[in-house]
Amino acid sequence: MSELNNGALAVQTRSLVKTFGGGENLVQALKGVDFEARCGELLMIVGPSGCGKTTLLSVICGTLQFDSGSVEVFGRDLGAMRPAELTAFRGQNVGFVFQQFNLIPTWTSLENVSVPLLLNGASRARAEAVAGKMLEAVGIGEKLHAYPSQLSGGQQQRVAIARALVHEPRLLICDEPTAALDAGSGRKVLELIKATACRPDRCVIVVTHDSRIFPFADRITEMEDGTVRAVRDGEEIQKMYV
Amino acid sequence: MLRLALKMLFGDRAKYAMLVCGLSFCALLMTQQSSVFCGLLLWSTATVRNIQVPIWVADEKVEQVNEVVPLRDVEVQRVRSVPGVDWAVPLFWNILQARLPDGTFQAIQLTGLDSATLVGRPVKMQAGRIEDLRLPNAVIVDQVAIKKFARKGIALRVGSTFEINDKEARVVGICETYRSFLGQPYVFTTYSRALEYSPPQRKKLCFVLVQPRADTPLATVLERINQLRGLRAFAADDFAWKTIVWYFVNTGIPISFGIVVLLGVVVGVAIAGQTFYLFIHENLRFMAALKAMGAGMGMLARMVFLQAFTVGFTGYGFGVGLTALFGNAVLTRGEPPFYMPWQILVFTGVVIVLICCLSALVGLVKIARAEVAIVFK
Ligand SMILES: Nc1ncnc2c1ncn2[C@@H]1O[C@H](COP(=O)(O)OP(=O)(O)OP(=O)(O)O)[C@@H](O)[C@H]1O
Ligand SMILES: [Mg+2]
Repeated sequence: MSELNNGALAVQTRSLVKTFGGGENLVQALKGVDFEARCGELLMIVGPSGCGKTTLLSVICGTLQFDSGSVEVFGRDLGAMRPAELTAFRGQNVGFVFQQFNLIPTWTSLENVSVPLLLNGASRARAEAVAGKMLEAVGIGEKLHAYPSQLSGGQQQRVAIARALVHEPRLLICDEPTAALDAGSGRKVLELIKATACRPDRCVIVVTHDSRIFPFADRITEMEDGTVRAVRDGEEIQKMYV
Repeated sequence: MLRLALKMLFGDRAKYAMLVCGLSFCALLMTQQSSVFCGLLLWSTATVRNIQVPIWVADEKVEQVNEVVPLRDVEVQRVRSVPGVDWAVPLFWNILQARLPDGTFQAIQLTGLDSATLVGRPVKMQAGRIEDLRLPNAVIVDQVAIKKFARKGIALRVGSTFEINDKEARVVGICETYRSFLGQPYVFTTYSRALEYSPPQRKKLCFVLVQPRADTPLATVLERINQLRGLRAFAADDFAWKTIVWYFVNTGIPISFGIVVLLGVVVGVAIAGQTFYLFIHENLRFMAALKAMGAGMGMLARMVFLQAFTVGFTGYGFGVGLTALFGNAVLTRGEPPFYMPWQILVFTGVVIVLICCLSALVGLVKIARAEVAIVFK
């Protein structure tokens, strides 16, 4: 897939609609979203609470079914894939960083990070070797055998980032990666994502409320009430947010 | 991944302990209650097991061994004359009151053996000689009698005496017997003396004990005796089984124990199912995270089933182990009744496996239903 280079389209949605519930409780979370993300960029999705950011992310990574419209990720039409295919596709191509870290508390850092490799069929020895290198790369090589509860929030998020990147996914999805962290750790986490995750063949999407980290974005997609209101890049970001 | 699944289980010590406790309790309740139940039913066959002969002949109305319909003495002769019968001897068996030296009474099972052959003699003697039964007023008592009398402050030993129907009974030996359903001690004596001890009756013969000839099959002999009018012949095993079935059908024991066993299953299912469900529930977001990271349902199913069965087998082991300990303690005391045939272990095992499967399935449905998107919450 040589077209997956800097600037190539990584994610594209057209007229994406997603509703929750029905009757009186019907909520239209996405009302025809046209969205694009490219390889090599760090794209942020921002907007007020409840505008549909998380919903959009969930649809893009195939964890949530949508009602109408289309979603293409690296040229694959998610709407046409069966659940098992979606799961396998996610396992190979998508890395996740969650607001709540979602590290499994009874596993060590090393074990948590080796999971994506194990799921992709690697042996335990190989998985742990690669996971160890990855943990060193995110700066907690000395905490390989620590359990999540023995780590600070910032350190846990580093482990989560290592886990998200260890199998070299082409798409990295981060939902509010800094919301559970103090300002300093949040900044460091974004620096880490920028330094280790951003590569020409990889697309990084970060959903955030945290205006302190806006400057790290290459482009920012602003959402409002289930639609994309504006897309801003380089200079505009500098002007508007910094 | 499976190693990690186990680590997920063991890592949460408190919950793991709770799960194992729940299932152990369930297994314990089921095996222990079933064993007591089986033991109780087995008690009802004590007489057949204490008096070891191949064939029992009784009145045709008799359905089980603890029921006596007296026969005429001549029936022994009739049975003896059946072709294929090697020997046939009379047996007297009745529940009488023994009067102790201090004036109190104790119910006993007086068993009168054929004086010439002493067929039906106790299998194991603790003291004295069985042949001494032929001495005047001689009786042999079992270990239950020793215990019962001791409770009333009377140390029964070889040489002690008590009274049965105002006639002296002198203990010449102590034997070991299987405990009977109502726990009355066995007192062995000769057939003729048993008749002296018991109140006068027109018919006194209770059972005819038969040994078939070596060259004649048991079934043939049974069939021939059954053709005699008014008599019914049982093979010993069959008699024991008929007795068990009789107790099953005619007493409230099976229902009350059945309810307890059922309760054990229900409590076990509830506790184990609920704790395991809770375990899955609390791990749901992590399971969803795994699903988001590309773990298919097949992988998650393997993980959950492994966890469920690990808990199940540990719980089963503990539960059955505890029951065995209980059984050990109980068997040396003699009561409450306890008998754990392998069927009970299989039954409990199957129930535990079902509980595990059920809770694993419920958990899996929950995982399958869970929107993977909850990981973003
Ligand atoms: N599972 C669900 N069931 C029903 N409604 C939902 C569900 N998930 C989201 N919604 C609704 O969809 C809308 C968009 O939610 P979403 O979580 O995408 O917003 P968000 O932009 O991520 O908000 P926040 O910044 O608070 O995280 C909201 O009105 C929310 O109430
Ligand atoms: Mg959100």
